[in-house]
Amino acid sequence: MAYFLKRFAHMLFVLWAVATILFFMFRTMPGTPLAAFIDNTTTAEQQEALIAQFGLDKSLGEQYWLFLTNAVQGDLGQSFFFKKPVVEVVMEVFPNSVILTLSSLIVAYAFGIVAGAYLAWRRGSWVEGVGIPLVLTTRAAPEFWLGMVLLAFFSFHLGWLPSGGANSSGSNWDSEWQRVTSMDYLSHLALPAITLAIYLQGLPLLLMRSNMLNVLQEEFITMARMKGLSTWTIVMRHAARNALLPVATAFALGIGGAVGGNVVVETVFSWPGIGRLLVNAVSASDYPLAQGAFLMITAVLVVMNFIADVSYHLLDPRVRVATR
Amino acid sequence: MQHAEEIKLPSRGARFVKGFSRWLSAASAIPRRDPFAFAGLLLYFAFVVIAIFADSLITYDPREILFDENYDLARNLAPGGDHILGTTYSGRDIYSQLVMGTRGALIVGVTAAVCVVTIGTVLGLIAGYFGGVTDTMLMRLADIALGVPFLPFVIVLAAFMNPSQWNVVLGIALLLWPQSARVIRAQVMTLRERAFIEAARVTGAGPWRILFVHIAPNVLSLSFLYASIAVGWAILTEASISFLGFGPSDSVTWGYMLQDAYASQALGRGQYYWFVPPGLCIIAVVVAGFLISRGYEEILFPKLKD
Repeated sequence: MAYFLKRFAHMLFVLWAVATILFFMFRTMPGTPLAAFIDNTTTAEQQEALIAQFGLDKSLGEQYWLFLTNAVQGDLGQSFFFKKPVVEVVMEVFPNSVILTLSSLIVAYAFGIVAGAYLAWRRGSWVEGVGIPLVLTTRAAPEFWLGMVLLAFFSFHLGWLPSGGANSSGSNWDSEWQRVTSMDYLSHLALPAITLAIYLQGLPLLLMRSNMLNVLQEEFITMARMKGLSTWTIVMRHAARNALLPVATAFALGIGGAVGGNVVVETVFSWPGIGRLLVNAVSASDYPLAQGAFLMITAVLVVMNFIADVSYHLLDPRVRVATR
Repeated sequence: MQHAEEIKLPSRGARFVKGFSRWLSAASAIPRRDPFAFAGLLLYFAFVVIAIFADSLITYDPREILFDENYDLARNLAPGGDHILGTTYSGRDIYSQLVMGTRGALIVGVTAAVCVVTIGTVLGLIAGYFGGVTDTMLMRLADIALGVPFLPFVIVLAAFMNPSQWNVVLGIALLLWPQSARVIRAQVMTLRERAFIEAARVTGAGPWRILFVHIAPNVLSLSFLYASIAVGWAILTEASISFLGFGPSDSVTWGYMLQDAYASQALGRGQYYWFVPPGLCIIAVVVAGFLISRGYEEILFPKLKD
């Protein structure tokens, strides 16, 4: 419990620090953040009213305090472009990002775990000689390039899948649930999810493989072998279960990392997610929105780091005993 | 490095030569032991040669808009003839762009790797050796850096500063040092207790001298390991940033080529000869880094090899 509280305090500290860096980064950058908003038709009074509306007439310290207290209450300001609260805009696209991330991660980890265990078992064979360089290649390929190739082939060349967006235009749904389970949505989801999954499967695969190799050398495996258990039983029931733990932790970390890393894939497939929102907000100098989207991505990353740490702590009895 | 100046032994030159040759043999141990790492080094070497001689390898100016003999724009020409890889939508030679892109990619990759590993090594050394408050502060700083989403941060940085590839280098240097710093810190903590450090202390060596003359050479191979990974990271990041349109508009990089192809609907026209080669080049450079780092790992942690 003490550990849990300590980690929780640590998480809040990191969140606060990143929010602070973000605040000062956006304020000290060259040019006023309103530059995009003020053109030569706005009068001096209008400009002042705008500046007051966004709280920019207050001192930096006051602005910082307002930013922090508002952020804690879930108020991230108004978007310049959408003329709506930032939280509303972010929350509109956030589910799309979560669905894309989770579906690709689940596919990637399911495949990675099985393939990693298999490669560990076939250590030293030709399968390994082909498999490892192949996996390294998928990890080295830029996600957006992979997306472009898949898009060109499956969408433009073969015409099997739609080329972008999350839904066909002009379609209507009674509920959000109906929308995301519709065939239309899933067919839009397929290509970006596959692209991400190909990119993401390398980590669990390599992790699983090296864990398996470590576990297979442990004494309890020798013991199992001496008991005369079959290879299959040893690999699946004894080794794999023990090798899975760090992979489970990596999964939580993966969610945190992927939500921010999806930026390019969301852009390639015009997927209305938080990464694409951030890119558009930055391009349009919509700085409250960019700040809000960035903060949201950070929150997911930091919370997932926290969950990964705590779950590792809870799941591995050795770690638990060692820190007691 | 100024601490090396403090070495006042008579055989300083000889010591340097000996040290250098030892370093060389350590570096060349990789290709001798690991064929994968050798392949990685060869790939790197090939790209470096291409980058150096890029000016004489190109067939056209990569930014020049070309016209055919009828003074029509040489748009979307298929590979073959004068244009080895064809031309882009705006009539530029793809092969020449690809060759020039090598230079940009390597410059960004190598500078970023040097920056991130220098920061990581120095901070790791200091945190591991001095411990206490210094260590706690530096590690909290590392936690913060790890809590910042990497690509979004570089995007924001690139958008606010003047578009240039140095934003990518800066972003990578600011956010990716903790990985190497943590590992080096752990290594230094064990080295600190070893007998040869005790011996140096007894002979009256100051803490900075012990740190940079006696301990640093022992963690250098770890630094190289992280450097070879960082090169790939930097090149991938630069490509992503250019693809998103936040890159410099005055230089040709692989990321810029892919952005150009995407924005000019090369995908819809099936111009694979335009957007596939830059991606393959990126893969080759990054994989080369991975292979070299694997070679280092097997030397540093021989247990892994059974």
